Amino acid sequence: MNLPENLKYTKEHEWVRVEKDSVYVGITDFAQGELGDIVFVEIETEGEDLPKGETFGTVEAVKTVSDLFMPVGGKVVEFNAALEDEPELINKDPYEKGWMIKIEMSDTADLDDLMDAAAYKAMLEA
Amino acid sequence: MKKTSFNQLHKDAGGKMVDFVGFEMPVEFSGIKDEHLTVRKGVGVFDVSHMGEFWVKGPNAAKLVQKLTTNDVSKLSKGQAQYTCFPNGKGGIVDDLLVYYYEPEKYMLVVNASNIEKDWKWLVSQNSVGAELENASDDISQLAIQGPKATTTLQKLTKINLNEIPYYTFVTDQFAGVDDVIISATGYTGSGGFELYFRNEHAEKIYKAIFEAGQEFGIKPIGLGARDTLRLEMGFCLYGNDIDDTTSPIEAGLGWITKFNDNNDFIDKDLLLVQKSEGVTRKLRGFEMIDRGIPRHDYELADKDGHVIGKVTSGTQSPMLNKGIGMGYLDKEYSAFGTEIYVKIRNRLLKAKVVKVPFVSLL
Repeated sequence: MNLPENLKYTKEHEWVRVEKDSVYVGITDFAQGELGDIVFVEIETEGEDLPKGETFGTVEAVKTVSDLFMPVGGKVVEFNAALEDEPELINKDPYEKGWMIKIEMSDTADLDDLMDAAAYKAMLEA
Repeated sequence: MKKTSFNQLHKDAGGKMVDFVGFEMPVEFSGIKDEHLTVRKGVGVFDVSHMGEFWVKGPNAAKLVQKLTTNDVSKLSKGQAQYTCFPNGKGGIVDDLLVYYYEPEKYMLVVNASNIEKDWKWLVSQNSVGAELENASDDISQLAIQGPKATTTLQKLTKINLNEIPYYTFVTDQFAGVDDVIISATGYTGSGGFELYFRNEHAEKIYKAIFEAGQEFGIKPIGLGARDTLRLEMGFCLYGNDIDDTTSPIEAGLGWITKFNDNNDFIDKDLLLVQKSEGVTRKLRGFEMIDRGIPRHDYELADKDGHVIGKVTSGTQSPMLNKGIGMGYLDKEYSAFGTEIYVKIRNRLLKAKVVKVPFVSLL
C-alpha cells in the first residue's frame, strides 16, 4: 500500500497535499483499489465555496458510485480536467496525475483534523 | 456463507470475495474492465456453481415442466436446452431458467442462485402430476468458459467435436478425464463458449485442466462484476433487476419465450395472452446515454420536463462502447426505438436514447 508521508488523509479515504493556502485533493491508493476500475468522475462544483464535509463530486467505478467530500472548507478553484477523458488515471496514479480538485482554504485550522500517513495506516489496519 | 468447490482456487487467484445471496463469490480478479475485455477478445472462466440445478423425472416430467414454464417444452429434442421462465400465477415471474432435455422423462432445470429455495418450494407446490423431483444444487459444480477462444481451449480436453455442438444444445461425455460432464453450448455473455456441469469432487481437476489448456490464449478467471457488464451489453435480463415477481414476461420483452400454441398450457397463459393481444402499459427497453453519465438500478427515467416515465432496472458503463448503457421499464408512449428520454442522475436530467439490444454487436 502506497501512503506518501507528505500527505494528509481523511476517514473517507481522501488525501490532501498542502501548498501554501491551497490544497490538492484526491483519493487514496486504498480507495481506488477498493473501488476498482474508475470510469467516471463528476465534479460540478468548480468555483463554489463549500464547507468541510460537503460533497464536491462523485466518482463512479463499474459497479459503484461514491460521493467525494471536502476534506477542508474553501473554494473549489480547479478540477483535474484530464480525468474527463482518462478517469483511469486515478487507478494508475492516485497521488499525482489522479488528483481531483484544488481548494483555496477558508480556514487552515481544518487541516488539524486530518490524519498523517501513520494514523491513516493504523485506521486501515484496525 | 456457502462456498463453491472453487472457493480456495478463487482466493489463490487473488479474487475479491463478496457475499452474493449467501455464497462467498469472487466479484473481480484482475479488474472488471480487464476481465470483460478478456471474455470479449479471448477466453475467461466463470464459477457459476452457485446456480441451482433441479432434476424433474418420471412419466409426468414433461407435463410438469410444460405447465410451469412459458416456453414450449414439447419442441425440444433430446440434447437441447431452452431459455424460459416460471410465471407466478399473478402475471409476474418466479424466476428465469434453462430447461435441459436430458433424456425422455428426465429434465434438468437450472435456476438462479438467489431463487433456489423459492423455486424449489414453487416446484413442489405445483407438482400435482406427481413428477419425481430432486434438488441437486449442492452436488453440482458449474463453470462457464466464454469468449472467442473458448472452443479452442476446451477442444484440447475432449474427444467430442465442440464445433458440432450447436448453440443451446449439449452432450454428456468425458471431459478432462472426468466421465459424465454436461458440455452445454450456452452462456450469459454473448461471446460464445460453453457451460460445464459436473459433480463437486471433480471441480479442482477440471478447473486446472481448463486453465492449462487456455494458457496460450491468456485465459483468466472472471468475477461476478464482469458477468454483469457482459450480460448487460447483450441486453440479457437479470432476475431481481430487470424481471421479478411484479414484471410480466410480455412487459419484459420475453414474448419470444412465451408460446401460446395449443399444446403449450402453462400457468398464466390466459392472462399473458390478453397482455400480448391488447398490449401492456410499460415495456422493458435498452437505452444508451447521449449526455455523459452512468445509469444505475432504481434511478428514475423522465421526459424532457422531468415527469417520471419509468425506472432503471440495470445500468453500467459499457466497457466496449465506453458510455453509459441501461435497461428499464418505460411507459409505452416512450418505448419506441430512437425516443429521447432522460435519466435523473443526482437531480439532473441527462439525455439518453431508447435503442435495440444487444447494445454491442459482436459479429
